[in-house]
Amino acid sequence: MAGVLATERTLPGFSFENCKRNSTLLQQGFKPPTAQKTGTTIVGIVYRDGVILGADTRATEGSTVADKNCSKIHFLADNIYCCGAGTAADTEMTTMTIMSQLELHRLNTGRPVRVSTAKQLLKQLLFRYQGHIGAALVVGGVDVTGPLLYSIHPHGSSECLPFTTMGSGSLAAMTVLESSWKPDLTEEEGKVIVRNAIAAGIFNDLGSGSNVDVCIIRKGSVDYIRPFDIANLKGQKQNNYRFRRGTTGVLSTRIIPLVTESEEIKKTEVESMDTSA
Amino acid sequence: MSILAYNGSAVIAMKGKDCVAIASDLRFGIQGQTVSTNFEKIFEMGPHLYIGLPGLTTDTFTVLNKLKFRANMFELKEDRKIAPDVFLSMVSNLLYERRFGPFFVEPIIAGLKPKTFEPFIASMDLLGCPNKPEDFVVAGTASEQLYGMCEALWEPDLSPEDLFETISQALVNACDRDALSGWGASVYIIEKDKVTHRRIKTRMD
Repeated sequence: MAGVLATERTLPGFSFENCKRNSTLLQQGFKPPTAQKTGTTIVGIVYRDGVILGADTRATEGSTVADKNCSKIHFLADNIYCCGAGTAADTEMTTMTIMSQLELHRLNTGRPVRVSTAKQLLKQLLFRYQGHIGAALVVGGVDVTGPLLYSIHPHGSSECLPFTTMGSGSLAAMTVLESSWKPDLTEEEGKVIVRNAIAAGIFNDLGSGSNVDVCIIRKGSVDYIRPFDIANLKGQKQNNYRFRRGTTGVLSTRIIPLVTESEEIKKTEVESMDTSA
Repeated sequence: MSILAYNGSAVIAMKGKDCVAIASDLRFGIQGQTVSTNFEKIFEMGPHLYIGLPGLTTDTFTVLNKLKFRANMFELKEDRKIAPDVFLSMVSNLLYERRFGPFFVEPIIAGLKPKTFEPFIASMDLLGCPNKPEDFVVAGTASEQLYGMCEALWEPDLSPEDLFETISQALVNACDRDALSGWGASVYIIEKDKVTHRRIKTRMD
């Protein structure tokens, strides 16, 4: 394919060119590495005038904490946000794809998108990949029909609920929601319940940790509070562990200077109009 | 054994005050056998932009060439140098395209943003999930050791000279506890007006 104008063919959709090689490697006993997962506790509740979403901020690679403050509440539209649990890359990329599709839909129809549209697009995408895209989502938003909350599973099933939770910390979070959620909660009550549910995940599930993020979606306004609560404050260092300059043995040094190659100021003068003719 | 441990590698990047540092070991091996001890895993993608590609070496080169192609096309189309955050999206998209048959690399990006010269570091897993922390990023076979070193040594607002000592000592001491990486190391300190590349002394066993 190397022509004069060598353009790399970027076909839409996934590329499977490495699959055969990778499966051969697997047969020879070379395991593929673990992808980053969001062990995760995510929750969503409906309250009197909207929806509150909450998430922890830990990302793990196996048993290693890969990111201590990652953001798991994703933007979908001005009135819709989405919490993601599962394979980190999948939740990130699926929500980005659907975000752009929703924006195009909004521009085409000329009205704010509905939460059920977001849910439908997400579940159709996930069902198409039969669970291989490992994204478990909690979608919440407010549209013309009022506040709505959906949970979507990696295989493409979904349910509409007044309160829901997902991820490895969902069992811990659900205990809080089951015992304290009631209809017609105020915003303050709702925030406390969401915080407590996420904190239950943070402190009882190893896959979840660090801080609590909260996103409140009302009719016409959104409050994305990050961090809402720093559940685990890092201790101050008692001493500094700085190495004295010159500790490291340097074998060779090369300085790459960065100078401004050229600076050009173009002055644009107003041309005088030719009125002689 | 994981395929990421086939060749062995350690790459690390840190933020400092108005500067960033990125460093890697220099070993290229095939499982237990060391083949080369001057194998750079950090590549220049612009005057203030560097990428480290630890992992399976064959994929290091494939990914590097694909990225160079895309970054060059970007420069030709846009008539400007690619910014670190834009480059991050480019790498992330390239990797996620191969979601179901990934390249075995875990890229690390370090650079300064154009105009503001704000420090920027980022890492990705092999599927391209971006991670942009405020302190440091690590990858490779010595990543667990590197996490430990960085968690203890890193502090905010380090000057270029102190950042060099911190990143070098973190890398050198982490590699001492990883059999697959080490054998020399290479450190880049990226500042507004210059980039300093140093080869540093390490154990050679």
